Amino acid sequence: MSTKRSEFLKGIKAELPILLGVIPFGFIYGVSARGAGIPPFAAQAMSFIVFGGSAQFVIVQLIGAGVPAGIIILTAAIINLRHALYSASLAPYLKRLQRRWQMFLAYLLTDEAYAVVITHYQQPGDATKKHWYFLGAGLTLWSTWQVSTAVGIILGAEVPASWSLDFTLPLTFIAIVVPTLKERAGVATAATAGIVAVLAAGLPFRLGLVVATLIGISIGMCLEPRDNKHVNTHKGEEQNVVQELSPIEQIELSPERPVRKDKV
Amino acid sequence: MTPLILWLTLLCIGIITFAIRVSFITFFGKREMPSFLLRTLRFVPIAVLSAIIFPALFLYGNRLDLSLSNSRLLAGILAAFVAWRTKSVLLTIVVGMVGLWLLQALVK
Repeated sequence: MSTKRSEFLKGIKAELPILLGVIPFGFIYGVSARGAGIPPFAAQAMSFIVFGGSAQFVIVQLIGAGVPAGIIILTAAIINLRHALYSASLAPYLKRLQRRWQMFLAYLLTDEAYAVVITHYQQPGDATKKHWYFLGAGLTLWSTWQVSTAVGIILGAEVPASWSLDFTLPLTFIAIVVPTLKERAGVATAATAGIVAVLAAGLPFRLGLVVATLIGISIGMCLEPRDNKHVNTHKGEEQNVVQELSPIEQIELSPERPVRKDKV
Repeated sequence: MTPLILWLTLLCIGIITFAIRVSFITFFGKREMPSFLLRTLRFVPIAVLSAIIFPALFLYGNRLDLSLSNSRLLAGILAAFVAWRTKSVLLTIVVGMVGLWLLQALVK
């Protein structure tokens, strides 16, 4: 018999291995935010308001490059669109909760939280208190992210540029993307988006990122097999959503590799 | 960027991100998710992340650098190999950073 307390503690425990990757990532975010000239308080507020590692990194880069606000907002929105998939996938499990629970858990919904929470929901057993597990996992990640970004922001000015710590950003993304490139459409998407981004680097306002993303997605959709069925999020249909997640999300769900040690 | 614009930008991004996360959980949970949207979303992370990775490796300043003195490109290729073989995020970052530092020391 699972209690609220035991579910909460299990959620915390499940998240612990992931923190190993989250802590350096948060630290480096803080360092690069200071490097881009963002005031310390605003840099920390971004961890609170946005709470999404990869988006925060890109926002910092764009602010540092003097890109106009509208394009920063557009770019961040595109980067965070993937969370709609997580939202759709978890919706059937959370529909009986009070709205304030749903909203708070949605705020805590990141790549890392999703990875452990969906695995837990898919296991058999009493599901009535599993939102406490979600809360435990989400709050663990949230507090770790806040503290590690704060440490990076405080120590940011002390880290010399010659250490090239900014290079951990592309390295983290390489670690996320490369293992997911198994099918033709995915490889073509990655190659197209990457090459277009290099060629379009001269575009004003760093629009190259948005242009490259849109062209990459189009190529992927042209090349993927056409047998996808219509997917909905009605009760009992959540398995469809999970099965049709991108290779990146499937990795998160695989039992051999239930946790990812990367971005928040 | 003025402080006011910076704060408004952060606030907008926060609201949009929250709206995306809460979308199906609270509001569209009973609606069908159009397959077109779902297919598009599948490729978003791969496209976005690749569009960030490639320029970080291939460009020096704003110019294409395919020479052997481009330490970031070589370290990135090494890291991609490690990511492919081990699937470990931590190992990929460690090998990539150590590789970059060694190559930078060699180039000097």
